[in-house]
Amino acid sequence: MESTKRTYVSKLVHDLKPSGIRRFFDLAAGMEGVISLGVGEPDFVTPWHIREAAITSLEQGYTSYTPNAGLLELREEIAYYMKSQFNVAYSPADEIIVTVGASSAIDIALRTILDPGDEVIVVEPCFVSYVPMVELAGGVAVQVQALKEHDFKILPDQIEAVITEKTKAIMLCSPNNPTGTMLSRSELQGLADLANKYDLLVIADEIYAELAYDEEYTSMAAIDGMLERTILVSGFSKGFAMTGWRLGFVCAPVEISNAMLKVHQYGLMCASTMSQYAAIEALKHGRADVEEMVKSYRRRRNYIVQSFNEIGLECHKPGGAFYAFPSIQSTGLTSQEFAEKLLLQEGVAVVPGDVFGESGEGHIRCSYASSLEQLQEAVKRIKRFIDSL
Amino acid sequence: MRLNEKELEIVEILEKDARIATEDIAKMVGLSLEETTESIKKLEENKVIVRYISIVDWTKVEEHPGVRAMIDVKVTPKRGVGFDEIAERIYRFDEVNSVYLMSGTYDLSIIVEGKSMNEVANFVSQKLSTLDSVISTTTHFILKKYKHDGIIFEPDNKDKRIVVSP
Repeated sequence: MESTKRTYVSKLVHDLKPSGIRRFFDLAAGMEGVISLGVGEPDFVTPWHIREAAITSLEQGYTSYTPNAGLLELREEIAYYMKSQFNVAYSPADEIIVTVGASSAIDIALRTILDPGDEVIVVEPCFVSYVPMVELAGGVAVQVQALKEHDFKILPDQIEAVITEKTKAIMLCSPNNPTGTMLSRSELQGLADLANKYDLLVIADEIYAELAYDEEYTSMAAIDGMLERTILVSGFSKGFAMTGWRLGFVCAPVEISNAMLKVHQYGLMCASTMSQYAAIEALKHGRADVEEMVKSYRRRRNYIVQSFNEIGLECHKPGGAFYAFPSIQSTGLTSQEFAEKLLLQEGVAVVPGDVFGESGEGHIRCSYASSLEQLQEAVKRIKRFIDSL
Repeated sequence: MRLNEKELEIVEILEKDARIATEDIAKMVGLSLEETTESIKKLEENKVIVRYISIVDWTKVEEHPGVRAMIDVKVTPKRGVGFDEIAERIYRFDEVNSVYLMSGTYDLSIIVEGKSMNEVANFVSQKLSTLDSVISTTTHFILKKYKHDGIIFEPDNKDKRIVVSP
């Protein structure tokens, strides 16, 4: 019998681009003495009392499944937290689902709302997973570019220009990874008006909401009329320094939540039980820890932004998250070239901006979630690198 | 002295690391170098910042003599001066590092430093216990210092994160 080698990997997955971050990880992982500004997570270890709560839950034998949507006690704490912190009201009974990190929250949201061919407008530069996740959910990602000239804030006109009959949702992240840009209430209002006008959903990735440094954070769901149109994604990774616990949550109106719960229960059953117990402690007693961390990030942000500008890398002052996104256009290098040369020549790892979308080209993402000594040394090395060009 | 937001930040930064360069503090709090220098000077003059000292781990120094003991002291307070007079009598001794008035089953908690257990024992038996107001003493020698004034002596500072992540 004639046989040709069968391809086991689906065409959809085969055609997905691998993440551009992977290459840098491999390059940097093999080197000694690297200072990394490439890390997308806090440099704080999870506060001890939160870790201790997980240990206690293990000691007490809470090692079984939880309800699909997560422990009710945790959902109640999330509801209280979201109301008191961000003034958005969700019912713990049926409008909150505890997920495996914000990533799985975005995943179930997209798989719940998209029919084949539906379009999602993705504001870039953005987290590397957005576009692939839309595609995996059978949708079409329509990218719009937040530009440096506008401090990486998307303008409603730019979004309106790409809305079609197939547009189902707008997906954005504020404070943003990788730019750190945070949208103000009036800027969110502009996007909300569009959502209302064209009957769209907004998938609001608010995972960095706690890390706002200059202005009070406004949630998309807190804009008048937007509670009904927002799928609010958040979690514990960034604000509470709990990345490895893989714990996030998604809040949405009951109709969407119930549908998302179907996807979540078949795909994941429920989030890790010990992580959920840790998260209860985080919400009950962890706000002071978050405040301390915010203070520390704010100082480091001020330090790194001013330092970059002093050494000739133009850098806007980001309102949140823990990323600076300086322009490297003055060097004449592409962001890939810059990042690779910098790594090989000076042992500083940064992430080239183009991996977050076309509009990130000409920039590098530098996480300032590192000790001040590390940041000082990194700035020194980057200056030496630029001077050598 | 009422501190403004920037001054408070400066104090917090210096409390964690007194050797940090003033120009780095300036960048972190968003003031000019001159303004920052001026603020620090003012904080020093007003004794908000009392002194800059080092936290030393003497156990790292070979053959460095030295023991510390925490001593619970019961005393008889005196009319008019309460515990202040006896506290002052005690804190004047060079051997005494700290003195606190406590709630609970005893009155004064004092920390004494000496070259040897013998030296501390002599201080307690000959100088401290013999004071008229002192009723009793209980001496606890410190065996190992794990954390002191918020500083962990042997911290695990290893960065356990992967080098690059999204």
